[in-house]
Amino acid sequence: MAELLHPHVKLPEGSIEKQTTTLNLGPTHPATHGVMQNILELDGERIVSAEQTIGYIHRAFEKLAEHRPLYQITTLTDRMNYCSSPINNMGWHLTCEKLLKVKTPKRVDYLRIIIMELARISDHLICNSIVGVDSGAYTGFLYVMQYRELIYEIYEEICGSRLTTNIGRIGGFERNFTATAFNKLEKFLDEYPRVLTEFEHLFTRNRIFMERTQGTGAISAERALNYGFTGPNLRAAGVDYDVRVHTPYSSYEDLAFTVPVGSTGDNYDRFLVRNEEMRQSLSLITQAYRKVQEFKGAEADVYHADVPEYYLPSKQDVYTKMEALIWHFKIIMGETEIPVGEVYQSVEGGNGELGFYLISDGGRNPYRLHFRRPCFIYYQAYSELTKGAMLSDAIMTMSSLNLIAGELDS
Amino acid sequence: MRSMALTNERIQERLVEKFGDQLTGFEEPYGLLTFIAPKALNLKILQFLYDDAELGFRFLTTLCAVHYPDMPGNQLAIVYHLHNLKDNVRIRFKVFTPVSEPDIFTATNLYATANWMERETYDFFGVNFVGHPNLKRILNVDEMDYFPMLKQYPLEDGTRIDKDDAMFGR
Repeated sequence: MAELLHPHVKLPEGSIEKQTTTLNLGPTHPATHGVMQNILELDGERIVSAEQTIGYIHRAFEKLAEHRPLYQITTLTDRMNYCSSPINNMGWHLTCEKLLKVKTPKRVDYLRIIIMELARISDHLICNSIVGVDSGAYTGFLYVMQYRELIYEIYEEICGSRLTTNIGRIGGFERNFTATAFNKLEKFLDEYPRVLTEFEHLFTRNRIFMERTQGTGAISAERALNYGFTGPNLRAAGVDYDVRVHTPYSSYEDLAFTVPVGSTGDNYDRFLVRNEEMRQSLSLITQAYRKVQEFKGAEADVYHADVPEYYLPSKQDVYTKMEALIWHFKIIMGETEIPVGEVYQSVEGGNGELGFYLISDGGRNPYRLHFRRPCFIYYQAYSELTKGAMLSDAIMTMSSLNLIAGELDS
Repeated sequence: MRSMALTNERIQERLVEKFGDQLTGFEEPYGLLTFIAPKALNLKILQFLYDDAELGFRFLTTLCAVHYPDMPGNQLAIVYHLHNLKDNVRIRFKVFTPVSEPDIFTATNLYATANWMERETYDFFGVNFVGHPNLKRILNVDEMDYFPMLKQYPLEDGTRIDKDDAMFGR
């Protein structure tokens, strides 16, 4: 295939090779950390050109979404960026709530912030420790993995699942947070900052790590914007765009945090930005948790808005009240007409601006739903980022961009 | 917090000054300024929004298509979401094209990010982006001979038994 695409890839001036070497990096190579393929043309160990092939796990989410009621689409969003699925879930709920004009209670907003920021930490922690693995340092990865496990245990307490979470409902959460969930959260807030510091000590000033990451996979702010970069990858290039600040949702405006930025846009800056974002997330969780604790009386037990058309009634009511039984049936069977409208809602996902463009024509399913998947958008810059780089740097660049196949392929 | 100097009214005013009554359907669903443009103007509008010192829409957030089979001559809508990061304003505009003649100018010369967005839109809706450097399928297999997001194609029947696929257990 590659020969057909590039019949004569020219060797750079002064090369000692007779011809370029074609290398298929992926789709099942362990270093790609996901199902994606790069057809590389190499001059010795230097990359002359790279062409990406994606779509290996395309599951037609946009088509499926046109045939499902709103609540069944949440499970599709889980499977995009599965390293931080709660953010995707919340993004989807927020989109529906915007269309349906549902106002969520403040306590729900703060609980959502806690969950979304935990998800961001678990996402960044994986990305940064994998960058470490690709530079030959395995220890950091295994060490922080314990804390991802703790985050997953918190998810489990709240929604029952760990990876593809399907967490929350339109209007709030399916159930209130348990005492165990809060205890685990406190344990996490107590222990993780120290672990993160240790993790940083392993890498940030490590000579080998610095040599491997500084200056590789770099992109300028201007190119990054032109390529539609968002999230940590854009911020590492020096642009302080963050959806949580620019278009606040879920009461992020009530909390104080800073947006870390880099300057060079290379693998090292991306690593630093993600580390600092984890610290900011910890601070956001602490602030949100404090606000949650401030609610007194009946308010302290609120975990969803009053939207009977979309929020399932309690089982007790379904068995004893006619109205609740009707709502239950209508929701489960997807027999609620969605109001006509067109909304775009975005959230700051693990990889950047995760957008939902939802069009409803008044039917029971969306007329059209488009996902803005940050991964898909910035992966196209990969060939520019790796042109002229060494093969081993290209692999680091791939993990440092945090490419998630599920999000690429939707 | 950024300044909100650039209002929707001002954007509409600037656009109408430049393009007159060629732009139609101005509305603000959920606060997002939206309008419709003739398809031949898509690139001119993108360029104007990009270059104009006051407007400065220099970030292409998304580009996607919508199929409306019941609107003869306008079956396909191509929707652009743009963002002015400095003043923090977003806008959306649409161009319509018949499904039989889905040609529209590419935005790849203005936005590198439009490359894959347009390939995806081609892959699923068959929109032909004129001038695109590499317009081929991106998520579906190259051999596919139809555009699956068009409304006439139903979902596969989940209970069909005629497929023999030992690998995935059907």
